[in-house]
Amino acid sequence: MLEAHQAGFSVHGRRLLTGVDFRLVPGECVALMGPNGAGKSTLLKLLSGELHPQPGEVVLNGRPMRTWTMRARARVRAVLPQHLDLAFPFTAFEVALLGRTPHHSGAPGRTDRERVRELLALLDVAHLAERPYTRLSGGERARVQLARVFAQIWDDCGPGGRYLLLDEPTAPLDIAHQLALMERLAEVAGRGIGVLMIVHDLNLAAAHCDRIALLRDGRLLHDGAPREVLTAERLRETFDVDAVIMPHPRHDRPWIAFHAHGPTAASTD
Amino acid sequence: MEASLKPPDGLASPLPAGAGRPLLRLSASALLAVLLAGALLLSVTQGAVQLSVAQIGAILLERLGFGVDVAYTTIQANVLLNVRLPRVVLALLVGCGMAAAGAAMQALFRNPLADPGIVGVSSGAALGAVAWIVLAGKIAWLGALSGWLGSYAQPAAAFVGGVLASWLIYRLARLAIADGQTLMLLLAGIAFSALAGAATGLLTYIADDQQLRSITFWTMGSLGGAGWAEIRTLAVFILPATAGLLMLARLLDALLLGEDVAGHLGFDLARVRPLLVMLVAVLVGASVAMTGMIGFIGLMAPHIARLWMGPGHVRLLPAAAMTGALLLVCADMAARTVAAPAEVPVGLITALLGGPFFLALLSGRLGAR
Repeated sequence: MLEAHQAGFSVHGRRLLTGVDFRLVPGECVALMGPNGAGKSTLLKLLSGELHPQPGEVVLNGRPMRTWTMRARARVRAVLPQHLDLAFPFTAFEVALLGRTPHHSGAPGRTDRERVRELLALLDVAHLAERPYTRLSGGERARVQLARVFAQIWDDCGPGGRYLLLDEPTAPLDIAHQLALMERLAEVAGRGIGVLMIVHDLNLAAAHCDRIALLRDGRLLHDGAPREVLTAERLRETFDVDAVIMPHPRHDRPWIAFHAHGPTAASTD
Repeated sequence: MEASLKPPDGLASPLPAGAGRPLLRLSASALLAVLLAGALLLSVTQGAVQLSVAQIGAILLERLGFGVDVAYTTIQANVLLNVRLPRVVLALLVGCGMAAAGAAMQALFRNPLADPGIVGVSSGAALGAVAWIVLAGKIAWLGALSGWLGSYAQPAAAFVGGVLASWLIYRLARLAIADGQTLMLLLAGIAFSALAGAATGLLTYIADDQQLRSITFWTMGSLGGAGWAEIRTLAVFILPATAGLLMLARLLDALLLGEDVAGHLGFDLARVRPLLVMLVAVLVGASVAMTGMIGFIGLMAPHIARLWMGPGHVRLLPAAAMTGALLLVCADMAARTVAAPAEVPVGLITALLGGPFFLALLSGRLGAR
């Protein structure tokens, strides 16, 4: 389990997070949502171990994050940052192979290469393997990076859960690839990996995530199943928008329509 | 996105994963080794005293204990063993060190324009060496320390200068990570080089004639005047530091994706980053201490090597080191022959090559972006 206990964080005296209690269980797929500046990326960085909470504590598989070595940590949790660029033209295959770094001592072996080829195929970019990464389109790059982080935690190596943290993975993708990604992430969760992603599309999260956590002004406001969290009242409280919640025509998840919040707003359901 | 020197996609993409490239890499490496050996041999034959390849072979075999029936004079043997050979070996070591340092800096700064000279590490190292020359003559206990360190004193001083400069510039450049770094890094390098240059200039006012001659040598850059003792000292620094960088090749690879990603992949940057900066400073400091400031090798060699080796550092570092050695051996040969019997400063030749190269990178035609 990956947990934050009463985690807070400030930069230059400005509080970005206050008293956040959060847990990510292996096998579940969770969306972290909230308006801009709510502290989503900061929480993700605390959970990845990139930043340390002050006050509070982050605990990974029962051990405080600070006591983990970087390498041991890298074997059980992968992180996809929002912005990624590459200074020199690795091929797509080489970029994805970097994900195997915590698993080999210096030189990637045959199993590492096979795993990466498999994952490039899974993400529909196998045909780009030998192309320079710097010349791929935004969506293609995003999928190669996904192959990289998948490769990092795909295989079970010892007891304790594995986790995948993603900062806006759907942003560079078209709608078809967004839907495909959500399916892939559900498969990843199905392998016993805890998936936590920052997303902005409420409908995407509602349809594909097991849980939604709503963050605003550095505080965790609500955390629960989509049906429970996505109510008109809670969405207004979190995002300052009026929303109409309907049943999705094809499945039993909620479906949300928005209109701007204002004094003359017609219906608030 | 522009990369006019690369083959178009159609040429690269039909190959299955990793099929054609190993052969290309192997043949390119073999070609490079042959070129380097040829350049070394050719360089040794150039000069006022005539030396044929057969005579060179005979002199060297003689030293190894094999008698060969080729006539040569003691003057020829002397020139080869004590003048020309140390000189090409020096060019080899310095070219190798500067190129390896350049490749590492380009990864550390994530910037294709990084180079020990441009970024100001060389200026820092030169300042360290010059300060040592001057101050060891003025301050008694420094002089005593200098005597104790012997031939290691100046490399050590240059190394300290190089470390301080690398660290300072690295800190400065990191402040600007948000806005693309390139400009900030160059500006920090310019500012630091100006400061180090001013400090070096000030030191020349308190230097005596003998010291002044050494200082001029440092600021101009020269491969002349080194003997085997100096080369042994240099090798003690360059070879382990290059090997050290090679051991950090995977870290350098990961750094190309950014420091945060390198951290996510399990590298403890707080621990290994200082090591990386130190290794670069050792390479630059030792090279600058022996030959003065010879610019642009560290910029050009990694880019040229990257064209066929790709950016992976396990392969890139050795190829860049060989390319750097080849470049400097050739530049030195040109420096000795274009205006013979006079000798052009070798830094002039490398700048003549490197300046346009740098401008081409700036305009993005060669840049791997």
